[in-house]
Amino acid sequence: MRKFLRRKSTIAFAMALPLILVIGLLVLYPALFSIHLATLNKSMEHFVGFDNFTFLFTRDTFWMVVKQSVVFAVSAVIFKALIGFFVAHCVHNTPAKGQRKWRGMLLVPWVIPPAMSTLAWLWLFDPSYSAFNWVLENVGMEKVNWLGSPNWARFSVILVNVWYGAPFFVIMYLAALKSVPEQLYEAAAIDGANWWQKLWFVTLPMMRNIIAITVLFSLIVTFANFDIVRVLTAGGPVDQTHVFATWAFKLGIESSDIPLGASISLFMFPILAIAAVFILRDITKRGGEA
Amino acid sequence: MASKQITRRRFLKNAAVASATVAFAPYIRTAHAAGKLEVGFWDHWVPGANDTLTKLCNEWAAKEKVEIKIDYIPSQGDKNLLTIAAESQAKSGHDLLAFPTWWPAAKSGELEPVDDLMKELVAANGAVSPLIEYLGKHDGHWVAIPATPGSQIKGPCARIDLFKQHAGIDLTKMYPAGAPPDKALSDAWTWETFLTAAQKCHKAGFPFGIGIGQTTDSVDSMGALLSGYGAQLVDAKGNITVNSDAVKQVLEYMKRLVPFLPPDVFAWDDANNNKWLIAGKGALIMNPPSAWAVAKRDNPKVAEQLWTFPTPSGPKGRFQPYLPYFWGTWKFSKNKSAAMSLIRYISQRQAVEKMVAASQGYDIPAFAKLNDFKTWAEEGPPKGTLYNYPPKPGQTLSISAYPAPPKIAQQIYSQAIATKMVAKCTQGGESIDKAIAWAASELQGFMRA
Repeated sequence: MRKFLRRKSTIAFAMALPLILVIGLLVLYPALFSIHLATLNKSMEHFVGFDNFTFLFTRDTFWMVVKQSVVFAVSAVIFKALIGFFVAHCVHNTPAKGQRKWRGMLLVPWVIPPAMSTLAWLWLFDPSYSAFNWVLENVGMEKVNWLGSPNWARFSVILVNVWYGAPFFVIMYLAALKSVPEQLYEAAAIDGANWWQKLWFVTLPMMRNIIAITVLFSLIVTFANFDIVRVLTAGGPVDQTHVFATWAFKLGIESSDIPLGASISLFMFPILAIAAVFILRDITKRGGEA
Repeated sequence: MASKQITRRRFLKNAAVASATVAFAPYIRTAHAAGKLEVGFWDHWVPGANDTLTKLCNEWAAKEKVEIKIDYIPSQGDKNLLTIAAESQAKSGHDLLAFPTWWPAAKSGELEPVDDLMKELVAANGAVSPLIEYLGKHDGHWVAIPATPGSQIKGPCARIDLFKQHAGIDLTKMYPAGAPPDKALSDAWTWETFLTAAQKCHKAGFPFGIGIGQTTDSVDSMGALLSGYGAQLVDAKGNITVNSDAVKQVLEYMKRLVPFLPPDVFAWDDANNNKWLIAGKGALIMNPPSAWAVAKRDNPKVAEQLWTFPTPSGPKGRFQPYLPYFWGTWKFSKNKSAAMSLIRYISQRQAVEKMVAASQGYDIPAFAKLNDFKTWAEEGPPKGTLYNYPPKPGQTLSISAYPAPPKIAQQIYSQAIATKMVAKCTQGGESIDKAIAWAASELQGFMRA
């Protein structure tokens, strides 16, 4: 027994136990409770198994929300990754003296609570008093129905999400860029590599794991986004900007159908789990190669 | 250290003395002898309205020797709905809680019946409309009492000057302050007249601001129109009746009206119509007098020209969109008797009159004898602007999705099926039949038990 207690693994487990308990309480319990809710009938009196899920499969609006959530998350993450990659390079190549200021300024969208910053965007897009439209009108262009037209509304919510999330990519990519050994670039230069070849054969392979983890993390957060869509469009017009979280809130809280709302929010889990398996598998493979 | 041993004899003696002290000591009534009451009221948007309610509650608490704790819960961000959901799940929370329109029905099984109190209040304050009964009475029992704070009518609020100049309608003559409506003019105030006026005001550059979004103002406006034409999406027995001539007639009507509305009304929320009117951009919105009250502060010139009056009539009558609040007590409440006593106190005529005055006439009590307060006659400028705001004979209080069974109606209402149908066959360019087929499919989904 004494030997068991002195083992490093036992001590490590004992030290991690408080954290495990906190995670169990704050993550596992709500997750299990959510699954429990999803198996109840509308009045929450009877167990109905998977009925809520099979019911959702028969609803056109649900499939529209699935499609919109995927379009919203994937397109926002792609733009965030591209912008993040480009801006990180720009900042990396900025002289060290001014770099800190740029880094600080670029983080501003990410550190403002999104519900507040989205309110500012709402005023910019306001149906009747849009600041953007004021500018467009003053340069002789047509007004845009930012939040009233389905396609523009989708564009608007994705734009705000990209604005909010791109700084996270910038910081992660910047850290990755700084960790690439300078000797690799010197060796590539001696071999006669041009700018593009250095990027393709040195920078990208060295950043692959960071890119994969950042994309996965952002995909999870973007998929589960609530506040941006809720504040900007509340899912409208005609449900055409709803994502899983806002649709779940609409049904669960506003329509008083908590089991159905819980079922919708649980649909995010298998989709994200599949994405996580693919992305992390690739990282493990590369880790093995290294 | 010397220890004192307790013998059996001494223990019995002490126990007897203690029991006698408790049993025969004089009863001293402390400040909070009747216990504690936790209350969750709706956070009124009118400055000062909460203070009046707090004062009334404190008066009651002092009289009844109850320790009261009041939380004002805002409806912004649906915080009040989240509170209801959380307390219902936790089986713990406020002893008395404000429930928005559909929530007494949604939580009817968890609310304490209040039949006796309702009977008492009806005897004192007059009858309530069938709409209140539809929302507050379930399975033969009243589960909540209609509350004054937050209960509102969303009839038209329009510009006197613009209506006279561009639509040729004198609002103050049609619905004068302090006198009955002009019979000929008010009879002619129909949805067809509304359409003609919308067309004329649009031409003059002051379109009507009727939202076709998914929030309550949009849904309630559509509800009044649907009721006026006798159109029901689901009937009282729960049958889907959306594919009817009356619904088609309303959609045809909206196809004619939408071109005269601002192009962005499909994205409007409950603030957009207010801003539209206050900024002087439009001639009419359908809203409680909150827009007028804000205009008094922000744009007095516009406020001086605003007049609140009943909705137009349709082939089936004149329906006023009413959105009442209720007060209810959970079955798990720890102090039900005190909760009932407080509701009784703040539902008395004098208390209600104070609350209506504090809300600048915004709140509309549900009881028939409480619609004659001087506040509505005196508020201004212009004086009497709210005289026609409370319900009058010849009007029916209605709500969008009525008369569907409340648990189905709540979903029709919160998911804005009516305005989405309109958006589909106007902005979306779909045929009326296709929009109706879509609505029928959505309604089918709401039948889930």
